[in-house]
Amino acid sequence: MDFFLSLLVKGLTLGCIYALVALGFVLIYKATSVINFAVGEMMMLAGFLITAFVGLYGLPLAAAIGLSLLLMVLFGFVLERGVLRPMIGRPVIGMIMATLGLGIFLRGFAPVMWGVDKKNLDLMLPAQPLRLESIVVPPVDLAGVGITLFLLACFAYFFQRTRSGIAVRAVADDQQAAMAMGIRVSTVFALSWALAGITAVAGGVVWGNKIGVDQYLSLLGLRVFPVVILGGLDSIAGTIIGGLVVGASENIFGGYFDKYVGGGLKDFVPYVLMLLVLMVRPYGLFGREVIERV
Amino acid sequence: MINRECGIFRTTYQADMSLYGVPLARITVAAFALFFALVFPFVVDHKHLVWANFAGISIVAAIGLNLLTGYTGQISIGHAAFMATGGYTAAIMTTRADVPFWVGLIAGGVFASAYGLIVGLPSVRVKGFYLAIATLAAQFITEWIINHVEWIGGGFQASIIVPPASLGPVRFDTELEKYYLVLALVVLAVVAGLNIARSRLGRAFVAIRDRDVAAEIIGVDIFRYKLLSFMISSFFAGVAGALYVYYVGTATIEAFQISRSIEILAMIIIGGLGSILGSIFGAVFVVVLPLALEDILEFFRGVLPVTDIDTFVSQLKLMVFGGLIMLFLMVEPEGLNRLWRNVKDYFRVWPFSY
Repeated sequence: MDFFLSLLVKGLTLGCIYALVALGFVLIYKATSVINFAVGEMMMLAGFLITAFVGLYGLPLAAAIGLSLLLMVLFGFVLERGVLRPMIGRPVIGMIMATLGLGIFLRGFAPVMWGVDKKNLDLMLPAQPLRLESIVVPPVDLAGVGITLFLLACFAYFFQRTRSGIAVRAVADDQQAAMAMGIRVSTVFALSWALAGITAVAGGVVWGNKIGVDQYLSLLGLRVFPVVILGGLDSIAGTIIGGLVVGASENIFGGYFDKYVGGGLKDFVPYVLMLLVLMVRPYGLFGREVIERV
Repeated sequence: MINRECGIFRTTYQADMSLYGVPLARITVAAFALFFALVFPFVVDHKHLVWANFAGISIVAAIGLNLLTGYTGQISIGHAAFMATGGYTAAIMTTRADVPFWVGLIAGGVFASAYGLIVGLPSVRVKGFYLAIATLAAQFITEWIINHVEWIGGGFQASIIVPPASLGPVRFDTELEKYYLVLALVVLAVVAGLNIARSRLGRAFVAIRDRDVAAEIIGVDIFRYKLLSFMISSFFAGVAGALYVYYVGTATIEAFQISRSIEILAMIIIGGLGSILGSIFGAVFVVVLPLALEDILEFFRGVLPVTDIDTFVSQLKLMVFGGLIMLFLMVEPEGLNRLWRNVKDYFRVWPFSY
């Protein structure tokens, strides 16, 4: 039982941090219906920026994170304006390929700028893990859960209470109606890419600390898809649930069955889970149900 | 004269569907075939022959994916999984059952197409992005299975050594012999692709791509044709995978990872969706570009202000590759095929271009 509990807790914290990455995907999809295959790479870019500011230019950590936030928001604007706006109205494969291409570009670009070797992103967290009897939670995981919850609270406030947040929801609901009500759709698109930039920084901080910053950080982006498919592509609450389910299930299956199959179930279970969900309930647990049959 | 389509009107459906649109096309095709069979392999050196062989294998895979994505409109981000199926089938059958090369090749295609049928099943229910994700899942699951089922992959990160292909008394050992083998299969794939595209099957595919509901209404059995498209496409991929394994001499999972799937997708995007000629352009472009880039940078070794030139080259290749995909999508979404047509159109009316 102890073993199970520790696996579960570990999986749930992991899932929370997965959800942090997936949030960037869902925000974009919700408002602009762009499928962003470059979430992992954006996160990697943010991680590289922070480590570069700290390591190469000797800035304090807080300043580095602040500066990276600014740059990633800017990056979001430029990306939306330069690459994705021309894609509007094209077949879905164009969009997928454009973001895939962007991801490949960034994977080459960041190491060329700042070196291929793995860099540590030191958050100056206490080294002592949190112990609850037999369950051990490393501080970075706790920080990750904290950041996820904090960001969620911020987004909830933003979407429910602020004018621009409500504008984003209106655009997500019906672009033409939103336009007719005087909302500038292009501003809303830019805004959601800026939000994605912010989540990329948050993800970059947590994952960069957890596994180090190099180009392999971007591979985490592929973990996003089981999470968002499970939760529903356009549901922020679903992202969290999806993240928790994926994190917990991969950890529990990995913990119990890895010894029978020679390891690596962590990379296998989420995708099988995702396929099952796709077969039964393609729009996910909380996604908007668009019935389209042929 | 180059302005050759002047005065040729297609008055029957047969004429519209014919393989050669204009009489001159026969001559150009024959000229190209002769060039690649008799001239090309003897004027280039060994290195460029290797490039040509890799490009040829990629052409087979790209034509397959183009039939699925370009013609039928079903996205697959897991095509390397089908290549892996074909490659491993061929490798296992050759090493353990000692079957002849051609049996391995065809079996690779058949197994891959059976696997494609299974992976394509979600296309009955979902489309667009969801289908892309389902094929992505297939990619990861396949990679995992090959890595973890010892009977197939030979253990974690292992590889299977495959003897070179042979057909009767002929053994395809040298680069030149392999070139002819690849060339023959490329010709077969191109002819098959063109014939599928211009026949009833291809028209059904295009109907599904353009509007699935309308296709259903005019009597196209959507499920059947979607699954058929998956099967045919994975057959091409499986043959390409088997050919790759025979060509390189080893079957390893490294050759069939997600980056390979994206590469094949990039080929058909850069070459032109829904065009066999475009698949050829795209495959050659995507294969040759990084190799050529490597050579160019090698030339500047010592001049460039970087310490570790090999990693620099590999990163730069990624940048150029990704940048090109984005550039093509923004500037010329119809790909190299469109550029080629523009050039042809220019010369057709030259010098009276107004």
